[in-house]
Amino acid sequence: MWAEAIILTVITAATPLALAALGELVTERSGVLNLGVEGMMAVGAVTAFAVAVTTGSGAAGILAGAMAGAALSLIFAFLTITLATNQVATGLALTLFGLGISGVIGDGFVGISRPPLPQLEIPGLSDLPLVGRILFRQDAMVYLSIALTAGVWWFLSRSRQGLKLRAVGDSHASAHALGLNVMLTRYLAVMFGGACAGLGGAYLSLAYTPMWIDDMTAGRGWIALALVVFATWMPWRLLAGAYLFGAITILQFHAQGAGIGLPSQLMSSLPYLATIVALVLISGRGRLALRHTPLSLGKSFVPER
Amino acid sequence: MRLEVTRRAAPSKAMAFLSPVIAIALTVFAGLLIFAAAGLDPLRAVHLYFVSPFTSLYSLQEVLVKASPLVLIGVGLSLCFRANVWNIGAEGQYTLGAVCGGGVALAIGEGSPFLVLPCVIAAGILGGLAWAAIPALLKTVFRANEILTSLMLTYVALYLLDYLVRGPWRDPMGFNFPQSALFEPAATLPVLTSDGRLHLGVAFAVLAVAIAAVALPATLRGFSIRVAGSAPKAARFAGFSQSGTVLFVFLTSGALAGLAGVAEVTGTLQQLLPEISPGYGFTAIIVAFLGRLNPVGILFAGVVLSASYIGGEVAQLRLGLPVEVAMVFQGILLFFLLACDSLIHHRIAFRRAAPRTEARHVG
Amino acid sequence: MKRLMMAAAVLALGLSAASAQDEPTKVGFVYVGPVGDFGWSYQHDQGRLALEEAFGDKVETTYVENVSEGPDAERVIRQLAADGNDLVFTTSFGFMNPTEKVARRFPDVKFEHATGYKRADNLATYAARFYEGRYIIGKIAGRMTETNTIGYIVSFPIPEVVRGINAFMLGAQSVNPDIQVKIIWVNSWFDPGKEADAAKALIDQGADILVQHTDSPAPMQVAEQRGVYAFGQASDMKEFGPNAQLTSIVDDWSQYYKERVQAVMDGTWESTDTWGGLDAGMVVMAEYRNMPDDVKQMAEETEAAIRSGELHPFAGPITNQAGEVVVAEGEVVSDEDLLSMNWYVQGIDDKLPQ
Repeated sequence: MWAEAIILTVITAATPLALAALGELVTERSGVLNLGVEGMMAVGAVTAFAVAVTTGSGAAGILAGAMAGAALSLIFAFLTITLATNQVATGLALTLFGLGISGVIGDGFVGISRPPLPQLEIPGLSDLPLVGRILFRQDAMVYLSIALTAGVWWFLSRSRQGLKLRAVGDSHASAHALGLNVMLTRYLAVMFGGACAGLGGAYLSLAYTPMWIDDMTAGRGWIALALVVFATWMPWRLLAGAYLFGAITILQFHAQGAGIGLPSQLMSSLPYLATIVALVLISGRGRLALRHTPLSLGKSFVPER
Repeated sequence: MRLEVTRRAAPSKAMAFLSPVIAIALTVFAGLLIFAAAGLDPLRAVHLYFVSPFTSLYSLQEVLVKASPLVLIGVGLSLCFRANVWNIGAEGQYTLGAVCGGGVALAIGEGSPFLVLPCVIAAGILGGLAWAAIPALLKTVFRANEILTSLMLTYVALYLLDYLVRGPWRDPMGFNFPQSALFEPAATLPVLTSDGRLHLGVAFAVLAVAIAAVALPATLRGFSIRVAGSAPKAARFAGFSQSGTVLFVFLTSGALAGLAGVAEVTGTLQQLLPEISPGYGFTAIIVAFLGRLNPVGILFAGVVLSASYIGGEVAQLRLGLPVEVAMVFQGILLFFLLACDSLIHHRIAFRRAAPRTEARHVG
Repeated sequence: MKRLMMAAAVLALGLSAASAQDEPTKVGFVYVGPVGDFGWSYQHDQGRLALEEAFGDKVETTYVENVSEGPDAERVIRQLAADGNDLVFTTSFGFMNPTEKVARRFPDVKFEHATGYKRADNLATYAARFYEGRYIIGKIAGRMTETNTIGYIVSFPIPEVVRGINAFMLGAQSVNPDIQVKIIWVNSWFDPGKEADAAKALIDQGADILVQHTDSPAPMQVAEQRGVYAFGQASDMKEFGPNAQLTSIVDDWSQYYKERVQAVMDGTWESTDTWGGLDAGMVVMAEYRNMPDDVKQMAEETEAAIRSGELHPFAGPITNQAGEVVVAEGEVVSDEDLLSMNWYVQGIDDKLPQ
């Protein structure tokens, strides 16, 4: 009973991180580092909430959140891909811009509440003992995050287009020489990243805490960025990383509630410390960790002619 | 019609000077539109934003006070980024600098400023250096990616400061509020002006810029950093130790961030508080790139960014501009600065047809 | 020297009173959060808006939001003073030392700092006795709980928060000696996600009523979803928990702000130390709802008793965690001890950083 309750909370805490991080993973595999995840999440969150409140449809909100994230990422794509600006600085500027814009959009939506996204039930399965609630009674976006992980995994490791994307990320010069369209690939990858960050934001404002308040992303975009690195650019490991991070966050709350008596600051630090330790353990296993690192990550591509 | 960007054979000298001017002009133009759309007097808003921070001696001081930590941290980060080392945890190193320096200041108490202050500052530098040593060692020994480790350690550093200020280092006379005692005068940085709070930290920033500007092109270490970043294989053939470079840049940037932290708490705040930075460590990343990873460029970038924060505050006050619009505007300013910067190395042209090489392979 | 200063002050007062006829009184505000936080800063801004409504053209207000409590604060406060504001409200504890420094430099400008303890001739302090409200919700919780377990979500261990926990516990124990409080520190005033997670963890551990000393309405929403009760904080949160909210402890600064601005206009402003509670209208209890009539009646009676001064939440006997009687029968905890409170009453299972 307890374990079930904890797992349910962990899934909620991990899903926005997983969604945003998955998009960033694809962006980075194409060789582009977009540090603007926090800003795109915020814009996704506010747009999703505004649309859902105005239209009354959660689905419309989710879609709008994804589109808003993608639209914002287009600014980043134009600057870094077409104009070859520095990716790190542009991404940070995008965060500032996105947090600001989200406040402007959200002005009239503070103080409004909305019921959370409905949980989809599968008759029969949802009532199974032990696993019923965890596996078969979640909201649509939780299933979406898992489907998206599978999709990204299949795309990157099994599809032809995925192979091309990885080639672009590993060496844009050779990819270009082979006749791949580096620019277009990266534009699409960045927009996918933006859409996913928007989805992560939409999850915050529609399912996690269904409301809009300024700065409600509270640094989750940065955690998503770290998770991509943690996962060494592998989708399933990313999902696992998001759940691990969520689990430690939730468990430390439970430990506090049970009266463990350690300084709360230490407890709050645990998810970060645990992520470092886990990364060190993974990285210590040698070359495996580096195999998926996109070699052109962060470097601008300008065709020579 | 399509936009086409090509690399220049050599960086354009003219553009190196013109690009900031074009960027500012474009931002001013965008600002006029945004402010007019928000129903404000556009000319007055632009004036408040760009000119007012430089019009009084006092606000000029404030620009420098805010720019000092940005420049100090930015110079250190530029070394890392040149060597392709992604230290994004400068905020944590800054915090540890403040914690260690502040801890020593609280422990020593009174004494001769010539003795106390150097100890405090040294402790701050060591604190930042030690915190940077963790991701540096994890990278060189375990190959753990420094983006993640340095960022995560920032959160840990902030919680550590929080714990100390609310717990063991709380001011015994402070009604149990979360703050340390005020530092003794011997442990505070001298203020340089009679009216204002410009402190010695600004000298540290200028000094760091000067040393980096001279040493980077002139020394073997500077050369090895540049080679490690631009041609890692060549660096290995040349016999430069990769780990050595990683450690050097990480520790140096940590030390500078620590110095910035201790200068801020002994200069402007004169005590430890739960919040000692408005995100200097992150803003400094923008400063480093805006300054093109060049020490002198970073000095200018730090001043520009600092002025844009202060201009934003003045606009909030005098025009009732919401903080969100100020942030949007700052984002736009950065976008234009970065886009125009790109003109130094690239030529931009509008062409009618798609280039041949790409047309052949589309689809 | 002192006389000279006083003469200057009188002169300044005279001048500002004279100019008050044609020029509006300028009032500046510094907020620690965005006005859209729906909590602390939002409520201060409601107070500012009340000023504009009450005084119309006679007052001109400005504010700077999202000012961090670090190195930036002094600059912003000074800017407000230099811009010709007659009165400046700095609305977070972390602004105390910067406000004091700026106040020294601008003797003609009046400053008011919320929740601090440093005062000067031109620097007043003000705060609200939120613990009075916490005592009332403690009594309600004591009556309403079925599991005898209350979940308490808190931000940071500062005296204000500790005082709130104690007042709540004393209120709860007065009607239900078996009550237990589970405490989770989220180390943030404002992170809706974390607050929601903490709320869920507490409910999963058996809490059937949630109390929060953080700013976002997320715990209230969780309570609504999970079908438990909760108390709001800072603003009325019934929109977020129509079936969950029992009441909310609302910050209402508008009355105080109006009085102080009026005093500046009349030239009667003095540096004071105001700590107002229910009777001053600074602490307002939102509608008592979702509870049986007898509980509601008890709450209303308690509120009236505190308001009239008949009941003090911290009246003895009070025992601390170690079981020692720290306040004897017939005594009350002094304001100074309340201000710096750093110990728990008996029955709370948590440790404070010492």
